[in-house]
Amino acid sequence: MKLVAETISVNRGIKRVVQDLSFEVEQSEALIVTGENGAGKSTLLRAIAGLLPLDSGSVDLQGGKEELLLREQCHYLGHQNGLKTALSVKENLEFWQNFSGEPDFAIQETLEIVGLAHTLDLPVGYLSTGMKRRIAIAKLLITRKQVWIVDEPTAGLDGASSKMFIDICSAFCDDGGILIAATHLPLDLKKTKSLHVEMLDTYADDAFDSGLDT
Amino acid sequence: MIALFKRELLIALRGGGGALTGVIFFLCVITIVPFGIGPDLKLLSQIGPAVLWIGALLATLLGLDRLFQQDKEDGSLDILVCQEHALTWLIFVKCIAHWIVSTLPLVIATPLFGLMLNVSPMGILASMVTLFVGTPAITFIGAVGASVTVTLPRGGVLIAILVLPLVIPVLIFGVLSIDGAINEPQPFTAPFLILCAFTLFTSVLGPLAASVMLRHSAD
Repeated sequence: MKLVAETISVNRGIKRVVQDLSFEVEQSEALIVTGENGAGKSTLLRAIAGLLPLDSGSVDLQGGKEELLLREQCHYLGHQNGLKTALSVKENLEFWQNFSGEPDFAIQETLEIVGLAHTLDLPVGYLSTGMKRRIAIAKLLITRKQVWIVDEPTAGLDGASSKMFIDICSAFCDDGGILIAATHLPLDLKKTKSLHVEMLDTYADDAFDSGLDT
Repeated sequence: MIALFKRELLIALRGGGGALTGVIFFLCVITIVPFGIGPDLKLLSQIGPAVLWIGALLATLLGLDRLFQQDKEDGSLDILVCQEHALTWLIFVKCIAHWIVSTLPLVIATPLFGLMLNVSPMGILASMVTLFVGTPAITFIGAVGASVTVTLPRGGVLIAILVLPLVIPVLIFGVLSIDGAINEPQPFTAPFLILCAFTLFTSVLGPLAASVMLRHSAD
């Protein structure tokens, strides 16, 4: 199984953010996306996760499940956690477990992994920023997906929790997963590749065809 | 999908979710109308059904922005649209849950509000039935508006403007069938069936259009 991106370009409005980028990520490998603020790391990750349309090129998961699209085989963890503050931790995790894909770890087990087993029945609204982030990380574990796309996963986490996250990622990669992460944290994994996203100062190919220059 | 349905109901129940906002708004509209038109009971009972419909329509529009906005804000929407479930089906379920939470209470409150407008028992019954059948169409049409404005920070008013022209037929046939139920020579069945048809029609088209919009309104 490998994830292959071929000359992908992504636009944000008329601005070209990613231009002709190609990369491959093998099974059990991690791709670390780096780049300065505003260079387009999040845009690239959202495009891979299928949340932004590609202007050109293609992203494919070779050797994945034939009947599913790439975006359906991905866990996407963005800047927001995707948790409902009114519901308890258990209800939140139960929902995502029932709703998406095949169950993997039990909820209690994942909470123990992220060190929050005692919060099971607390409403998510009562938790601190870092704790919510850890619940969001637990969300990656409750259903089995082949690809994880994580955007600044350790934002708001303390040192120990960041270490915990690295351990989780490392276990995931050892298990044959593909990890794509935008982070400045040194991820101490066996097989990593890094991809530097450059700030572009160009516009989309068709930006001026639509009469903007007249 | 059952999980999603349960989640939507639970959130509305738990967080208040503004479920009662609609009913309270409905109550406001209904109570001020008699003050506005004066103490003419005959006039009141004549326009009562129409006022009930207008109130319910506006109250339904009021809550529509919550359909996708909250999921957008906490990032759930990104994950929801990436799943292997068909997006159209997902939106259909969300609409049904939204209707149960925010519009069904309006239908249940109608008899009380009908009394305040001096509507006859037959008129109240007809109002309840037509609202029950017709308001889902407003929610389904509203889903399209909600999906268009989901990336805007305060899209509530814009939804009303986008959706209002499209729901006017629902209002017309809703009031027409109540009229048919109260006043003998007017037909009831024909407008009522058209109202049912609106709901069935929009239950397919609304979620379909909304899903196309959600896929393309990516940011």
